Amino acid sequence: MGAVDLSIWAKVNADKPLLSVQGLSKNYGSRIGCADVSFDLFPGEVLGIVGESGSGKSTLLSCLAGHLAPDTGRVIFETAQGPRDTVTMVEAERRKMARTDWAFVHQNPRDGLRMGVSAGGNVGERLMAVGARHYGDIRATAVDWLGRVEIAADRIDDRPRAFSGGMQQRLQIARNLVTAPRLVFMDEPTGGLDVSVQARLLDLLRGLVREMGLSAIIVTHDLAVVRLLADRLMVMKGGHVVEQGLTDQVLDDPQHSYTQLLVSSVLQV
Amino acid sequence: MSDQAYNFAYLDEQTKRMIRRAILKGVAVPGYQVPFASREMPMPYGWGTGGVQVTAACLTPDDTLKVIDQGADDTTNAVSIRKFFQRTAGVAVTEATADATLIQTRHRIPEAALTTGQILVYQVPIPEPLRFLEPRETETRKMHELEEYGLIHVKLYEDIARHGTIATSYAYPVKVEGRYVMDPSPIPKFDNPKLSNSPALQLFGAGREQRIYALPPFTHVVSLDFDDHPFEPSKAPHDCDLCGAGESYLDEVITDDQGGRMFVCSDTDFCRTRCEAGHLGALGVPVLKGGA
Repeated sequence: MGAVDLSIWAKVNADKPLLSVQGLSKNYGSRIGCADVSFDLFPGEVLGIVGESGSGKSTLLSCLAGHLAPDTGRVIFETAQGPRDTVTMVEAERRKMARTDWAFVHQNPRDGLRMGVSAGGNVGERLMAVGARHYGDIRATAVDWLGRVEIAADRIDDRPRAFSGGMQQRLQIARNLVTAPRLVFMDEPTGGLDVSVQARLLDLLRGLVREMGLSAIIVTHDLAVVRLLADRLMVMKGGHVVEQGLTDQVLDDPQHSYTQLLVSSVLQV
Repeated sequence: MSDQAYNFAYLDEQTKRMIRRAILKGVAVPGYQVPFASREMPMPYGWGTGGVQVTAACLTPDDTLKVIDQGADDTTNAVSIRKFFQRTAGVAVTEATADATLIQTRHRIPEAALTTGQILVYQVPIPEPLRFLEPRETETRKMHELEEYGLIHVKLYEDIARHGTIATSYAYPVKVEGRYVMDPSPIPKFDNPKLSNSPALQLFGAGREQRIYALPPFTHVVSLDFDDHPFEPSKAPHDCDLCGAGESYLDEVITDDQGGRMFVCSDTDFCRTRCEAGHLGALGVPVLKGGA
């Protein structure tokens, strides 16, 4: 454990935030998507965003990942060439970053996978997008990554349609992490999976995040997911951030009335 | 001879002008798909409405037209289009590749080398090479714009994963001058090397999809591949049974219901010229001088 920790901290520069969000707002006409969101995400840190349906979590994530253009605010990402505002960046650069430094895990694997392409092709796509042109190497990497997300190597030529929901989600994760991104956006990664599959997926995610020293932003309404994965937590309601802090602190000692409601709503088995 | 009810080459002058503008833009940006206002033509989509419009826009009364369909001069598609322009434009027609100034082709490049001044017009069913991988037109346009061509290799990857080799044998994607990825229309990949550095002007017309693109003379065209699975032009491993040619693209012809078959050049003009010059294949019959 100690050795693993060392390798992570050697990689990251913990002084500088990897992602710095300042005053981000997005309106849909007169309705608020999300309003005045600011936070810093440091290398190797996992940030959870929780809130009820319609609280602006997904809008916020889409703005951060460049899928939506925010109305105001800045999203400053620490690129290899120094900090850059991804909102004002030209689209070509942003899309390049989206397939190298960033990854986006959709709630529904069908949105993130190419269903007509084999598992190996799905994993290899990002490699080929950044210029890999050696079939043998691409395939070897795909086999390696399928193994890391616990998909048997003999399923490499099967299409995702032939996979179960949990396998599809793990395939989507492999496909996203194959280019070793530094920042992963996850939109309800465990939504729609049954609890035992959820548990395995969370276990896997936690392992990968720690092992690769990833930073991640996880949007979910499932408090168990953030309890397991997230270092810090942001609670949203009506487009506003109502509370943020360390995960355990927020969950064990909620201050805002909405957070208290949220925490108390969790069913105890 | 010409049918006076129609303007020269069927289309009105304004339409031809619009198509020529698209062609000029295509020539200026090799491999880029230029949208154009494709007209209804008096033939069904899929019969070469795009090619016919490009041909109509390029024809002059002095041109000599050749029309080929899968290499042949005498199949329905070729005969119909040739007759169409004979009637509406009254231009001279020929079957000899060397004599033609404008060649409209469906899915082949003639075996005889093309020369400067010739125009080769392709009929294109689906101009978008990324179409079957990415169904959204907005997205494929963006991918062309930003030169994001990783996806086209996914197609080749899938081929190798499934068949052990790049099994795409026609409409093999190419990269033009290191920039645009282009669908060369469904020509066999045997013809792909002939796309590159051709002295002729190559124009591609897709009528239903309303796109025109072009390869100006001497454009560098590379067929996409993997480092460990290089591009290989392929043909049936036979000689032509009529003219004995070993280097031409062959059609397989079933001759009876006992499994009998023969391989013949798909380019009929090339085959006939060789036969008349005295070349003879395994099943060939000597040609009598002065016609048989």
